Amino acid sequence: MSTLAPTGQIGGLLGQARVRGRRVPAVALVGGLLAGALVLLPLVFLVVQAQQAGWSSVWHLLDRHETAVLLWNSVRLALACTAICALLGIGAAWLVQRSDVPLRGLWAVLLVLPLGIPDFVVGFGWISIDPGLHGYPAAVMVMSLSLYPLVYLPVAGAMANLDAGLIDASRSLGLSPWRSFLRVTMRQVWPAVLGGCLLVTLALLAEYGAFEIVQYQTFTVQIFTEYKLAFDAAGACALSLVLVALSIAALGGELALSGRGRGFRGGPGARRAPARVRLGARRIPALLGLFALAGLGLGVPVGSLVYWMARGSSSTLPSTSILAATGHTAAYSAAAAALATLLAIPLSTLAIRHRTRFTILLERLAYLPMALPGLVVALGLVSFTIRYAFSLYQSSFELIVAYAILFLPLALVGVRAAMAQAPPALEEVGRSLGQRPVAVFRRITLPLIAPGLAAAFALVFISCATELTATLLLRPTGVDTLATQFWTYTTNFSYGAAAPYAGMMVLISAVPAFLLSRRMGQISRIGGRP
Amino acid sequence: MPSGKPLLPIATLLCAVIASGCGGSSGAPDTITLYNGQHEQTTSALVKAFEAKTGIKVQVRSADEATLGNQIAQEGSSSPADVFYTENTPVLEALQEKGLLAKVNASTLADVPGRDESARGDWVGVSARVSVLVYDTSKLKPSQLPHSILELAQPRWRGKVGFAPSETDFQPLITSIVDLDGKAAAERWLKGLQAGAKVYPDNETVVAQVNNGESEIGPINHYYWYRLRKELGSSGVHSALAYYSPGDPGDLVDVSGAAVLRSSSKRSDAQRFLAFLLSSEGQQVMARSDSYEYPLRPGVAAPAGLPPLSSFKAVSLTPAQLGDGSQALAMEQRLGLL
Repeated sequence: MSTLAPTGQIGGLLGQARVRGRRVPAVALVGGLLAGALVLLPLVFLVVQAQQAGWSSVWHLLDRHETAVLLWNSVRLALACTAICALLGIGAAWLVQRSDVPLRGLWAVLLVLPLGIPDFVVGFGWISIDPGLHGYPAAVMVMSLSLYPLVYLPVAGAMANLDAGLIDASRSLGLSPWRSFLRVTMRQVWPAVLGGCLLVTLALLAEYGAFEIVQYQTFTVQIFTEYKLAFDAAGACALSLVLVALSIAALGGELALSGRGRGFRGGPGARRAPARVRLGARRIPALLGLFALAGLGLGVPVGSLVYWMARGSSSTLPSTSILAATGHTAAYSAAAAALATLLAIPLSTLAIRHRTRFTILLERLAYLPMALPGLVVALGLVSFTIRYAFSLYQSSFELIVAYAILFLPLALVGVRAAMAQAPPALEEVGRSLGQRPVAVFRRITLPLIAPGLAAAFALVFISCATELTATLLLRPTGVDTLATQFWTYTTNFSYGAAAPYAGMMVLISAVPAFLLSRRMGQISRIGGRP
Repeated sequence: MPSGKPLLPIATLLCAVIASGCGGSSGAPDTITLYNGQHEQTTSALVKAFEAKTGIKVQVRSADEATLGNQIAQEGSSSPADVFYTENTPVLEALQEKGLLAKVNASTLADVPGRDESARGDWVGVSARVSVLVYDTSKLKPSQLPHSILELAQPRWRGKVGFAPSETDFQPLITSIVDLDGKAAAERWLKGLQAGAKVYPDNETVVAQVNNGESEIGPINHYYWYRLRKELGSSGVHSALAYYSPGDPGDLVDVSGAAVLRSSSKRSDAQRFLAFLLSSEGQQVMARSDSYEYPLRPGVAAPAGLPPLSSFKAVSLTPAQLGDGSQALAMEQRLGLL
């Protein structure tokens, strides 16, 4: 907790702040406000820039028949993909965490990896299998297969944390396994499900690259046209405000649905992991299902990478530059993942433990940047640093902060779901024994939410590793990441030379995915001991 | 991985990464910064040759030209860039409009034909590419090919054409049709394409999909096909290039360009870089690279295997007349192509 220690001093001053009767720890308040300020920064500059565009020219662009079509395309895609990702994510998480399906360790890694593949590779993989693939069904399929890990990962984390007591109780009260799943398991993992669905929706609103390939136009097309063809960054920012409005609607929807989740465990006593459900003869269809999911989500794009490497004449043994690019990608992604996870802790603490309008608003705010294309958030930071912090312009620090802002929601979902599952009663006990809030957090809350933190770190890390548009704007001059190198080669038809860079992205994404799956496995095992 | 005590190693890592990124940029006086929107491999060959010749170091920041153009516009007077090198000229015209570019030295401008530079002298053309058609050789015979780009919108080509309306190379075609045949003809043409042609995201996809047999024919720039052929090998190529009749609105030559930024504090070094790009030496480096672009300096031979640039009349529009392409863009937006 060394980095938070100084704020502990301020605790004495701010500690008087009370929310709903209970004192808000100053550390959480300061951390939450800091996170909120960071997130607001690009949003404020978005509005500043939009103002420069002149509202009349923006309105002129919006006031077209196409705008309605594109908006509807965005909305119907978000609805269908979110529903499908929810089904795939919950189903896969249940099989891996709660059933005795074989090869669980392998699935736990493979199921996360589609997130670590750039959209361009996914789209291209499908197009090379079926060049005629295009439009709404293609977009729904391609995006569902690459985004379901956003639901799978938080839900798997929450299922790893389930308490056997409640499930046993429900079964002993005569609920069928299916009803017990719906009424107990689902209720406990509900915050994770909703959070994951929210992430899918927001990611879809901002998506662009994959839709280009499958020729499906959404509202982001208008933003990129303003940016790329009209060289009008201000206009692009103004149009992005429409995405902010859409994401506010999505956030409202999630909030309305979240009332149904009551994740806390009831009684006192040590948590006990529930026994896995025996699938029996259903193991075969279950295995086939997981195989199909991993095969389509991972096999198709990876297959096309292998094909490029084997086929392309530009394939050479990758130069040493791939090592440098891997190092940069890994370091930036790890730093950003750590920062985002760190920022998510106070935001979740406030939103879960000190629930008021203000803390809910603060936490909701942090989701907004995710619905914006990375370049829009990056433009906001460019415009801020150029004016007020030029020494940070195009520094590693700025890039890391941008990643953390962009992907903070991914961290929030993992941390928040874990926090909702951790019983507040244990923290009360700690406090009643005279422990300071920081000590209570370190000794009680932290171990309880550790799986959530791990999931948060992994999700952010993997997303950062493939980020391109913000990276192009903000990276230090002369520094290349795997994504920028991959982009350089593909824009030049050098698919054979590009493929190893994408392969490396998948490989380094496998590291956090692997550690995470082991961690979740461990918890279940430890918890499983009588 | 956050576990028991995750913060110390993470904080250490953060500090290390931050420290590593805070140095660099704009240090020594004999270093210039190049914002590069061109073919990266060619640029790095050019930069290496320039560094060896002059001893001036070049820091290269590569991205697509729109990103860099928007970035320069944002950076304004505090831009770290000294030189901007692009694939197309509209972005340079847009920056010129904003007053962000410096005049190119007259001796450099003299190296290229007058049609290939800014009317105000704020940017200079570096290389050229020719607007052509790519067609599927298994479905079309040379005798069946259209002579004019306008034919692509006719009912007989319905369902067979693939094009990329959001590609930077597409607006010059519209501008050219407007210039030669008028606005109404350009709109009719776009509507015809809209009704019967497949829309692809970029010219790379157009050439790949024609080569795959998904579309039979499509308008592109010549180098996309040569680059695809290089990657696939001739056995993987099932397509060929066709040329428009001389004087047709499709018969365009697009140029890449370079400019010195007005905000640059190292303008003389930056001007030397531009001069090098247009020197025989620089132009030869480019012609020998695998970008398949035509050098603009008279007397430097075209890349091996390409028909000479002089065989294209390109009587219609100069790059400067194409401007920033905003009119063509507005027309596409009005028709719902974008």
